[in-house]
Amino acid sequence: MEHLNIFIKAIFIENMIFAYFLGMCSYLAISKTVKSAIGLGLAVIFVLFISVPTCYLLEKYILKAGALQWLSSDLAAIDLSFLSFIMFIATIASIVQLVEMIIEKYAPALYSSLGIFLPLIAVNCSILGGALFMQEREYATLGEASVFGLGSGVGWFLAIVALSAIREKLRYSNVPAPLRGLGITFILTGLMAIAFMSFMGISL
Amino acid sequence: MSKETTAAPAKEKVPKEPLFSAKNKRLLYDPLNDNNPITVQVLGICSALAVTVKMKPAIVMALAVMVVCAFSNLIISLIRNIIPNRIRIIVQLTVVAAMVIIVDQFLKAFVFDVSKQLSVFVGLIITNCIIMGRLEAFAMANKPWPSFLDGIGNGLGYGIILVIVSIVRELLGSGALMGFQIIPESFYKMGYFNNSLIIMPPMALIIVGIIIWIQRSRNQKLIESK
Repeated sequence: MEHLNIFIKAIFIENMIFAYFLGMCSYLAISKTVKSAIGLGLAVIFVLFISVPTCYLLEKYILKAGALQWLSSDLAAIDLSFLSFIMFIATIASIVQLVEMIIEKYAPALYSSLGIFLPLIAVNCSILGGALFMQEREYATLGEASVFGLGSGVGWFLAIVALSAIREKLRYSNVPAPLRGLGITFILTGLMAIAFMSFMGISL
Repeated sequence: MSKETTAAPAKEKVPKEPLFSAKNKRLLYDPLNDNNPITVQVLGICSALAVTVKMKPAIVMALAVMVVCAFSNLIISLIRNIIPNRIRIIVQLTVVAAMVIIVDQFLKAFVFDVSKQLSVFVGLIITNCIIMGRLEAFAMANKPWPSFLDGIGNGLGYGIILVIVSIVRELLGSGALMGFQIIPESFYKMGYFNNSLIIMPPMALIIVGIIIWIQRSRNQKLIESK
């Protein structure tokens, strides 16, 4: 039950885009057509689902104060938490590389549909954000951390697909010239976020 | 990735250029308006909005980004000729992450309460596209001093939007600026209420949308073609 709660919360209430604005850059840049939005969204789900649990293991067994105790009791006093930024970003960058190679080898069709989006994900704030939120909220088990990663990814996917669908329709409407493009997209995202606020307070 | 306006690399060999020549000044002023990182280059929005509920964290965040941007630009520009091209992203990320760790430790030591409010967003400066964008587009092709100025300029351009958004949100949302009450008590007695919607995340997006609207209607050449 706890897992389901974290999952729903990560998708709707603490949505990466609507509540924390993470990954906005690629969200704004790639949301012009539904097709590319789905590609990027799937890639984000995939990478978040793998990188958040990996960062959880790193945090638990290497970085946290006293985490090195499993190695030898002399190391119990060591606190490496100041290294977490550099560790997480290096882990994410290499996971993205690895995922890219694996997909290219075993699922060429998926690889060609994701295309250039995979390497871009390394610098997508939502991935590092997911890892840092996981660290801050101190999820208790590996399962909770993975569910949180998956939920955040699904939330991001929903947001970008919804926005791109609206933007496809928006092409036929008459937007005031200074608002065209970026401006109206911001206001649209704001309105969508207000709609998502109605999920607040749901708990399972 | 976001679209990028590339600055022309300074190729000509000027023997002794004054420290604040007209060209270098433009590096500072341009990002404030015509080439603003947030409203024109569309970079670094990720961390821009979540910290703007109050003015104080917004200013601290803006300063942090400015410092990281300026110094990582400087460092990358100093070592730009010895970075192998294939692994430059990793090198850049490492430099930026190191700078962010320094800033984070500094904030934790001197302004702990603000650092708590900023929570994960200090760490997210690493993936802030402004910094990576400027490193790729400017620092890799320019000398250290112009790169440093470019970093400060872009940090300022980012900061100015952050501060405007946070002024609007704090004034309307809690009737205060920098924590000091601005709207007098008598207003509340007459039936004035703080607008609690404006503290919610969505309003930051709408305020940025409106800033873009105002900026582009004053500066017609920025309007996007249909």
